[in-house]
Amino acid sequence: MTAVDSGISRRSHGLNHRLSLAADRQFKYLIIAPAILVLLLIGLFPLIYSLVVSFQGLTMTEEDTSFAGFTNYARLFHDLRLWQALAHTAIITAVALPLELLLGLLMAQLFVDRMPGRQIFVALLVLPTVISPIVAGANWALLFDVRFGPITQILSFIAGQPVTILWTLNPYFVYPGILICEIWQWTPFMFLLLLAALSNVDQSQLEASEIDGASYWRKFFKIVLPAIWPVMTIACLIRALDLVRIFDIIWALTQGGPGTMSETISIYTYVQGFSDFETSYTAAIAFLVIVLLTAIVTFALKRMEIVR
Amino acid sequence: MSVPAVAMRRWRRRHSWLALRYLAAICLTVIFLFPVYWLFMISFKTPDEIYHSPPVWYPASLQFANYAVLFKDGDVIAIWHSLVLAGVSTVLALFLGTIAAYSLARFRTGGENLAVWIISQRMIPPIAVVFPIFLLYVWLGWVDSYIGLILLYTAFNLPYVIWMMRGYIADVPMELEESALVDGCSRWRVLWRVVFPMVRAGLFATAVFTFVFAWNDFIFALVLTRTEVITFPVQVTHYFGGQSNFWAKIAAMSVLGTLPVFVAVTVMQRFLVRGISLGAVKG
Repeated sequence: MTAVDSGISRRSHGLNHRLSLAADRQFKYLIIAPAILVLLLIGLFPLIYSLVVSFQGLTMTEEDTSFAGFTNYARLFHDLRLWQALAHTAIITAVALPLELLLGLLMAQLFVDRMPGRQIFVALLVLPTVISPIVAGANWALLFDVRFGPITQILSFIAGQPVTILWTLNPYFVYPGILICEIWQWTPFMFLLLLAALSNVDQSQLEASEIDGASYWRKFFKIVLPAIWPVMTIACLIRALDLVRIFDIIWALTQGGPGTMSETISIYTYVQGFSDFETSYTAAIAFLVIVLLTAIVTFALKRMEIVR
Repeated sequence: MSVPAVAMRRWRRRHSWLALRYLAAICLTVIFLFPVYWLFMISFKTPDEIYHSPPVWYPASLQFANYAVLFKDGDVIAIWHSLVLAGVSTVLALFLGTIAAYSLARFRTGGENLAVWIISQRMIPPIAVVFPIFLLYVWLGWVDSYIGLILLYTAFNLPYVIWMMRGYIADVPMELEESALVDGCSRWRVLWRVVFPMVRAGLFATAVFTFVFAWNDFIFALVLTRTEVITFPVQVTHYFGGQSNFWAKIAAMSVLGTLPVFVAVTVMQRFLVRGISLGAVKG
């Protein structure tokens, strides 16, 4: 049965008195402590460190650690490239997410009724999702290649005349190129989760409404959609958070180019920190990104059933 | 209209519908798998076949020269580095994560807030973490070392392991643990002898995903490795280059890095839905 995880077992209230002994109280902290300590490496250290460094004026050549006030934060507001990177990230997320959801839903609908060999199709269709994103990006770079890639060939065949599109260089085609790769890789993810959700829709309810003569759309909106809603929101949340952090695919396809046209927030931060060596400024960006995302995530998670 | 005629028509309609679904399913599979097919084929092509316009759709013969080059040049060591990093960090994260999950599942340690904090760490953008970590590792001398990346991968996988294992442990009835306690087993013994065996299937499934996350990671490895522990995704990007993309090497290295993941995930098909939905959907 599809169930949104109810999280902490309710039974744990029913622990017998033995478990609340003092030794047990020590034990429960003892076994969680190592994990928390390791987690602080990514959960707390970067936050504090970024905060401290962001108030200094460090660059590759400048080692002055004196307090520089809010200069770096003031700079954030005037940094057009940063805001463009944020906008690019938002655009990619806003386009890719609905498309992946819709395509995934259509595919799941196709496979939800029993058909012999369904398991094999599903097993094959999920493969793109588990490929390393950098490999996926590299692979699409090869597919998109104008001279030696098959896509030019296929498009020319369909159009009936030679088509030459420089997918990774032409300003009009970088976004379609990135989105095709992104959607190719992650639609199967949506498909798999939605298929699981659709398979668990109450059949007797559907049959009852069929007898009542309900139309396909009425059944979809009144019965199917509410039933798959929790899974759909979780799938979208997971994908949205991945999309906001998108780096690998774009790095392999365009490295943020042409110019800075496809630069996302992750790519921009990387370039600032590791190509331009703007240490303190990068720290300010990193801090902004961590705070922004942690706030969104915590808010989303608390709102979602996943926690309860 | 006679009854058989109606039945016949219904039969025919149902079957043409099924045929249509098969057609769509086959088309979809071809579209989604063509890029994978292309990658595998390039890895078997000769240079003439790779740099041929219009492209050759399949190589004339299966030849392994592209792989042989990787072995001869020693580039294949990157696969070994990936294996060590992903393997060791998976074992570490699994052990630390499972005992922590036990604490959360059975004692509700830290309440709901701690649980939310832990899973929210899974969603942290790597780019924002890797920059301060890089500066820390420079200071510690951990850049391009096993320990640095293992620790980082362990940390990044921990929230996932804790979250998943908490779910698996919650599925196990508590009576067994209680009776073992009554029999005088220590807490540690119960954990080791009762809990771990009970959640074995969950442990394996979680291990596969933890391994794949570390195996597929690019950004941490890009920043924190140079030559000593370079991983296969970073090695793949080393073959990119303005004028001369080494397509054969890109493809061969990619296939070497992708094949194990395909095998692992296919074996773990049963746990796939639960695994990728962070345990929210129990497939």
